[in-house]
Amino acid sequence: MEKKYLIQEFEQVTPEQLLPRVKEMKKGGYRLGQACATKQADGNIFVMYSFDLDHVLHNLKVNVPADLKLQSVTGDYWSAFIYENEMHDLFGITFENLALDYGGRFFKVSEPTPWNPQN
Amino acid sequence: MGKRTIIPFGPQHPVLPEPIHLDLVLEDEVVVDVIPSIGYIHRGLEKLVEKKEYTEMVYVIERICGICSFGHGWGASASIEGAMGIEVPERAEYLRTIWHELSRIHSHLLWLGLLADGFGFESLFMHCWRIREHVLDLFEKTTGGRVIFSVCKVGGVRKDIDAATLKEISDTLNALKPEIKKLTDVFLEDASVKNRTVGVGVLTKEDAIELGAVGPVARGSGVYQDIRLTGNGAYHELGFEPMIEEAGDCYARTKVRIRELFQSIELITKAVELIPEGPIDVPVKGNVDGEFVLRLEQPRGEAYYYAKGAGTKFLERMRVRTPTNQNIPSLVKMLKGCDLADVPILVLTIDPCISCTER
Repeated sequence: MEKKYLIQEFEQVTPEQLLPRVKEMKKGGYRLGQACATKQADGNIFVMYSFDLDHVLHNLKVNVPADLKLQSVTGDYWSAFIYENEMHDLFGITFENLALDYGGRFFKVSEPTPWNPQN
Repeated sequence: MGKRTIIPFGPQHPVLPEPIHLDLVLEDEVVVDVIPSIGYIHRGLEKLVEKKEYTEMVYVIERICGICSFGHGWGASASIEGAMGIEVPERAEYLRTIWHELSRIHSHLLWLGLLADGFGFESLFMHCWRIREHVLDLFEKTTGGRVIFSVCKVGGVRKDIDAATLKEISDTLNALKPEIKKLTDVFLEDASVKNRTVGVGVLTKEDAIELGAVGPVARGSGVYQDIRLTGNGAYHELGFEPMIEEAGDCYARTKVRIRELFQSIELITKAVELIPEGPIDVPVKGNVDGEFVLRLEQPRGEAYYYAKGAGTKFLERMRVRTPTNQNIPSLVKMLKGCDLADVPILVLTIDPCISCTER
């Protein structure tokens, strides 16, 4: 059995390239595995969408602009609403055209957007 | 069109040991729409990367859940090892695989008990949990713990298992097989049980793929998906084929888990035969300066562990995406069109773990 878990593909895209690239992934039969945001030491945030095809992982990384706004991928992957609402509530990222928007009430946190670099 | 009513389900409900809330939109007694809500007990464990060194984060992540805690410890350790380029000794990989499959057995037995409890079959519930105790005894004997084990660490494992104890694990599990068979036959053949599961909550293969279902939920809908096929741990040497059922209903999801119980016993038996001698850990030096995404097939399905470091003793990120997170959209889909009375059983068949979801 091949050790597929060792294959680590990271692809950097711009915010403008994200949706077209996600559409390509969808067309290519990729399954969305997860999405998460990461606050780096310099305070900047990137979002990573992880896709799977035949048990091989491909990650798309996009740096979040200073206004903390990104386009939602829920038009292509509806199930991403779970992750995008989470990133909104924890990091303060606003996802435009989010298919199921909880309006900041997805997580009940004592401190609003605890990972937000602007806090 | 019947009168529409919204019925709140949870966050406190007899079938839910942990809080999740569903707004069920009903027409008469048929569910036509569902809005899920989670986040009642979000614990912010991932944020502890700012305060805990990367070696300590393994123990934090392990405490996400009391059922699949071993897998969480393994996932956290292995993602950090991947980011640091550490190769773990083969014996440690085998030991991790044995403990992980033991976790699957006790998790599936626990779930079968909860399902039986869900449809009011109390004696069946108690027998499931009675058998599960034997597996917890094996954990206690080999790790010292029954819930949290702390045997995984960055670089390998903390405890070895001697040959006699390995044989005892294998013998104990194989001796349990007839009992498990007798018990699981009730789930698969009893008419009153099948009335509650056959044809209920169908998730088609297309929907399972579209919604990204994972674990027994996906495999119960005919999706060929199991992260053990990526060859982590000792799986690349044990040989492995996932358990697939096609019907996509509650019965199929139950059957997948039951077949996996026996498969896990086979995997452990084989691992006990093949485990090599050698060290169980390697020294770990320096800090994490890189990133790695590791996936594990937890009892409930695929889990993600993303570790990223920038050369300090603290990670920049330790992300855990648990299987229940990913199965909530599928739950929404399978609830639509079901009767209100079937909702508790349907919710149970994704084996929801809100502790995991509320990291």
